[in-house]
Amino acid sequence: MKAKTTLQKLYISLIFLFLYAPIATLMVLSFNASRTRAKWGGFTIKWYISLFDNSAILQALYNTMLIALLSAFFATVIGTIACISISAMKRRNRAILMGITNIPMLNAEIVTGISLMLLFITLGVKFGFITILLSHITFNIPFVILSVMPRMKQLNPSVYEAALDLGASHIYAFFKVVFPDILPGVLSGFLMAFTMSLDDFIITHFTKGPGVDTLSTKIYTEVKKGIKPEMYSLSTIIFVTVLILLFLVNMSPEGKKKKEHK
Amino acid sequence: MSNGKKLLACPYVIWSAVFIIIPLCMVFYYGLTDKSGAFTMANIAAIATAEHAKALWLSILLSLISTVICFLLAYPLAMILCNLNVNQHSFIVLVFILPMWMNFLLRTLAWQTLLEKTGVINNILGFLHLPTLNIINTPYAIILGMVYNFLPFMVLPLYNVLVKIDKNVINAARDLGANSIQTFFKVILPLSVPGIISGITMVFVPALTTFVISTLLGGSKILLIGNVIEQEFTQTGNWNLGSGLSIVLMLFIIINMVATAIFDKEGTGTAL
Repeated sequence: MKAKTTLQKLYISLIFLFLYAPIATLMVLSFNASRTRAKWGGFTIKWYISLFDNSAILQALYNTMLIALLSAFFATVIGTIACISISAMKRRNRAILMGITNIPMLNAEIVTGISLMLLFITLGVKFGFITILLSHITFNIPFVILSVMPRMKQLNPSVYEAALDLGASHIYAFFKVVFPDILPGVLSGFLMAFTMSLDDFIITHFTKGPGVDTLSTKIYTEVKKGIKPEMYSLSTIIFVTVLILLFLVNMSPEGKKKKEHK
Repeated sequence: MSNGKKLLACPYVIWSAVFIIIPLCMVFYYGLTDKSGAFTMANIAAIATAEHAKALWLSILLSLISTVICFLLAYPLAMILCNLNVNQHSFIVLVFILPMWMNFLLRTLAWQTLLEKTGVINNILGFLHLPTLNIINTPYAIILGMVYNFLPFMVLPLYNVLVKIDKNVINAARDLGANSIQTFFKVILPLSVPGIISGITMVFVPALTTFVISTLLGGSKILLIGNVIEQEFTQTGNWNLGSGLSIVLMLFIIINMVATAIFDKEGTGTAL
């Protein structure tokens, strides 16, 4: 029995090594004094300093963050409102709408990307920040719906009706009774959408205009010329920040309470 | 009251019509017409030319292999995670989502550094006096990149179904005299089919259609169908041909969707 658990732990460790080895590599590279990836040229923190003088990277970071935040926000609003309605729908309509919701999830990103590109060309929309944002909202909405929907199904409709009977308006009843119950789903949908937008390359690649870059598209154009080491230091900063935030959330007394509650 | 609720769907219905349905129709329109706008099947038939057929075949082969490897790696992992008693769904999901906070292109590029002739892995192998691994710029490196990038999409759905299996069902099977192998094949595996289907879709579709992983890890010589389509749109500018090939690609995705619909009747979407 003991040998079995050791084996299991070994297996998990190997998978995690596989998943996190590239991340560790990038972190090491961010301290590499040599400009090329192939050679270790000694320890340095100069890329962390020059990062803040590199306006092109900082602009791409700003675009990426703004698009992620705005697209996650709009997707959460549209998706959550849609969930309220979908849960009240008849079976057939619900099936149709959920089927449409699944299209961007199941379809290839490259097809979603080119289809949106063709749409924007036909409509004559100027490619740039707006087209990226609209595309990101589009592929983010399904993540929100799929994370809010299960919460919606668990709701007891009588509670909402009771609130109405007791004189609450629809909006008041929604925010006082329904919303707190679906909030965990809404939050995880938002977070999921934010992460997906942040990590997206393919759809951005097809819907971006000249001059507007997110971190992904900037990296892609740099691949042939050689990635600027500042990119590694920026990624390390982002990753470590997220790691610390998650650690704090999990360690905070509130987080612990939640766990016990579960 | 119920009318009010129905109206709430309007923003989403309009949004999905404009940004999901109409764009897809446009892919079909471009794919089925030539430059002058006349109907033609030439763009779809173009898949049969040697160059395109080879790219499609290679894509199918590599994505099938990657899907199988992902499944074989993920199933035991998901089972171990379920038995860990961590009882923290969110933590496990988090561990697999966390790498996404480091850019996907950079993570894939890091494999170049790891796999290079004088890279980290070969240094370790050399130190251990083992034969070196020369897979960078070969289809093997592309498979590795696919498995690396899409493994979480296989683990999460599997974990989600396995964790929901009632322990009493397994205990009952054992009480009735089934050994652990029988229990696995007769009880656990059949119950996890929705997760398997959803995992296969989530790995196979992005692997089949990728153009980034082959660009980053396959050198510039290996063309997948994704690379061909991407070039038609961003370099050659032949949108009609690119759309036609995309329609062919979508046929495979639709086959996948139908399979998903058959096995996942509930429409619960175990993906998340």
